[in-house]
Parts: sequence; structure tokens; C-alpha cells
Amino acid sequence: MTQNDRKIWGYRRENGRVGVRNYVAILPVDDISNAACEAVANNIKGTIALPHAYGRLQFGADLDLHFRTMIGTGANPNVAACIVIGIEPGWTQRIVDGIAKTGKPVAGFWIEGNGDIATVAAASRKAKEFVHMTSAQVRVECDIAELWVAAKCGESDTTTGLASCPTVGNMYDKLVPAGLYGCFGETSELTGAEHLAAARAVSPEIHDKFMKTWQAYQDEVIEAHKTSDLSESQPTKGNIAGGLTTIEEKALGNLEKIGKKVKFIDVLEPAEAPARGPGLYFMDTSSAAAECCTLQAAAGYVIHIFPTGQGNVIGNPIMPVIKVTGNPRTVRLMPEHIDVDVSGVVRREMTIDQAGDWLIDCIAQTANGRLTAAEALGHVEFVMTKLYRSA
Amino acid sequence: MSVPQLLVHDRKDNVGVVVVENLKAGTDMLCVVTEDNSDFRLTVRHDVPIGHKVALADLKVGDTVTKYGQDIGKIVARVARGEHVHVHNLKTKRW
Repeated sequence: MTQNDRKIWGYRRENGRVGVRNYVAILPVDDISNAACEAVANNIKGTIALPHAYGRLQFGADLDLHFRTMIGTGANPNVAACIVIGIEPGWTQRIVDGIAKTGKPVAGFWIEGNGDIATVAAASRKAKEFVHMTSAQVRVECDIAELWVAAKCGESDTTTGLASCPTVGNMYDKLVPAGLYGCFGETSELTGAEHLAAARAVSPEIHDKFMKTWQAYQDEVIEAHKTSDLSESQPTKGNIAGGLTTIEEKALGNLEKIGKKVKFIDVLEPAEAPARGPGLYFMDTSSAAAECCTLQAAAGYVIHIFPTGQGNVIGNPIMPVIKVTGNPRTVRLMPEHIDVDVSGVVRREMTIDQAGDWLIDCIAQTANGRLTAAEALGHVEFVMTKLYRSA
Repeated sequence: MSVPQLLVHDRKDNVGVVVVENLKAGTDMLCVVTEDNSDFRLTVRHDVPIGHKVALADLKVGDTVTKYGQDIGKIVARVARGEHVHVHNLKTKRW
């Protein structure tokens, strides 16, 4: 049996997608509905509230992204059923209707004219129904390549480019040809390696789409908002402590995540669901860990691989985040955060090929239900990306 | 093979990465090029922390620093072979 023939035990959703967790999510449309959502999650065990900071007076592309993130989060296959609570019925119903297209159970509630207490009571009754329904579901056998697996690195250092990112790349080189959906992002952090990233596009059309996205970030974000440069932010203090010096050095290590062979087949907007079939996708994201993971989960990715050097501790409420490190010091100082220790690579005791197989083992175990370090430690960072000020 | 103290990505590189903790000045390092598994020895001239870089050649102001076989920036203060290369003597050319 090769790696890509492996089977995992997942939840087959109404739309055919495979989930690896079985959450009943309580999703606020807006910041002022967080309290009601948290009250429902407190009432009904087996549910998870997803509080966030936005959802009022957004407009244009920023509002589109808000809806895409909300609907995508509820639609993610790791969510078995979803309760949506907003201040008013219009936007609440828009999110309910978007999630309902997957065929999964979803119900919306609004607070204006009802108050928190009556809303929480009604939503709690429905959430309890959903918990009984979803907790009775059993896992079924699925192919490992049916998973959608995203990646992003953080608190990177020079070991990231030597060991943990090439490990992720090796996994993609093995599983993407078998049908896996992959995803990398971090537009700012490809600066210095953008020409090498663009060269991995599947066609001239996608090459140009990538370069346009990257250039827009340079012009509209960096040039418009930089003070003198991106120093103190790219690379970060942690990156520099770990031995990285320039954005180019950081970017070259980052890009190791996409392996040696696989090409990316499309460029996605933030939180956009991939639509060109199995393959590797680039998504236009921030390089901030929680923002990037939240966008990738909203696009439908069910497992996340997070290579780290100095020890980023990020998690996500609905998508298990697997930490990989090649830094022996981080393994020694922060072992509780590390799922896959590939420090053997820098000692030349383990090849990248072996490290990739080890990561695939961890993906299979995580898909089958084993909690990741971030899950066991309660990391549920859910952070919306905001494009500009609200009206 | 014994455990290397320094890894180099590409044969074209003029810096390598320390991959052990508590490396002391004067250590005769085993250096491995990961591209082809070839090795060489180099004496490190500073105490260099894990993850930080060491110059493989004498580098003068304005020289390009190469890692992964790619340009990662320029030297802004001279560095001798075996010395620590970091943000005090290496800067991006971009900004």
C-alpha cells in the first residue's frame, strides 16, 4: 500500500465532502451577537461558539469577504450542523441560506424584537436537537486524498526552510497527485521568492493571476501603508531571534512548503472555495497565522499543517492544526505544542522523504479523530480578515 | 555520519545555518550541503546561536549573500569566513 492509498475514518457530509470533526457551531453574524452565541454554547454541551469582532457597517469587497468567511465556516465539513445568530433577520438569513446549500442542518435566530434571553432559549432548543442528531453520526471509511489540507508556517526560523517546510512539501508531492486539495497563502511572505512561486503556476494564465495578486499587495498595502519598510513585522522579532535576516530569506524557506513537483492550479480570493477540482491552490491571505487559518477553514479545508521554527502555538476552532518543527531547541523547550518532530532532519538522522511519511501518518491519525496539540491545549483562534474601515 | 553543526542548502551558497545549540567560537564544524550530502569542515569564529548563519567566505560590503542558491540580500559590514552573519551585517536590497 502506498501513502496515497491509505484510508481514514471521516464524516461523509450531505454534499459528499469529508469532515474529520463533528461540530455543532454557534455562529454570530456580528460582534454584538457574540454574547448570545456564547450563552447557547454554555447551555448545550457539544456545541462551540465562534465569537469574532466584526459584522456591522461593512460594505463592498470587505462585506463580501465577511459573508464568504461566515458562510464558508458554517459550510466547512468539520461542522455537522450550525446555529446562526445575528442582531437582525436580513443578514442572518443570508448566511443561513448560504450554509444550507451544503444540505447540512442550519437554523437562524435574531435578537431585535426578541432580546437576548428569548433568542438564547429558542436557539438552545434547536442546538440541543442538532447535538442529538450529529452525535449519533458514525465515521465511515474514506480515502486520505479526499481530505482538503491547507498549510501556513509561523514563527519561522532557518530550520523551517531546512526541515519543517520541506516536510510539508514532500507530503503535497505525494498526496496532491492522488487527489488531495492543498492550499498555501501568505502573499506578503512570498516577497523575495515571488518569481519562484509564479514559476510553479500550472499555466501562463495562473502565473499572471498570481503576479497580479502579489503586485496588488505590494502597491495597495505595502506602498500605501509602510512607514520606512516592513522591518519589525516582516521578518518578525521571533523570526530574527531564530536566525532569519531578510524577507527574501524568509520567503525562500516559506516556499519550501509547496514541494518540488506539484504546480498550483488557481489563485483564490481570501476565503474563496477552490473550484477547479483536486490540486494545490494559492490563496491571497495575510501572513498572520490566525487570519490565514480562519480564511483557509472558510474555504473548506479540514486539516491544517503548520510548520514552525521558534514555536507558534496557533489553533483554530473548527480545523485541527498540526504543528511540525525541525528545531531541536523548540522540541526541547515547547514539546507540548509539537505534533510532528522532524528535528532528525537537521541532525541528518531522517530524510525529508521519511519526514513526509511521518507527517502523512499524523494527518491520518488526526483525520481519524486524534486531537492535535493545539486542540488538546484549547487553541481556538478565530480571526476575521478585514480589508478596510467600516462605514 | 556524525551530527553536523552547520547545514548549507546549495553549493552556490556563501552562508550556512548552525543547527546545534551552544556552539562555541573555535569549534571545528562538520558542515553538510543538503543538496548533495557533500561535507566539509570550517572553524566558527564566534559563539553563534542555533538557527543563525555563518559566512563560508570572506564577504565585503556590497557583496550578495546567497542561500538556497538565491539572492537573500547584501552585506553592509564586512564579515570574515567563519563569522556570524545576521541583521547587523546583512540587509535586504528591497527597501
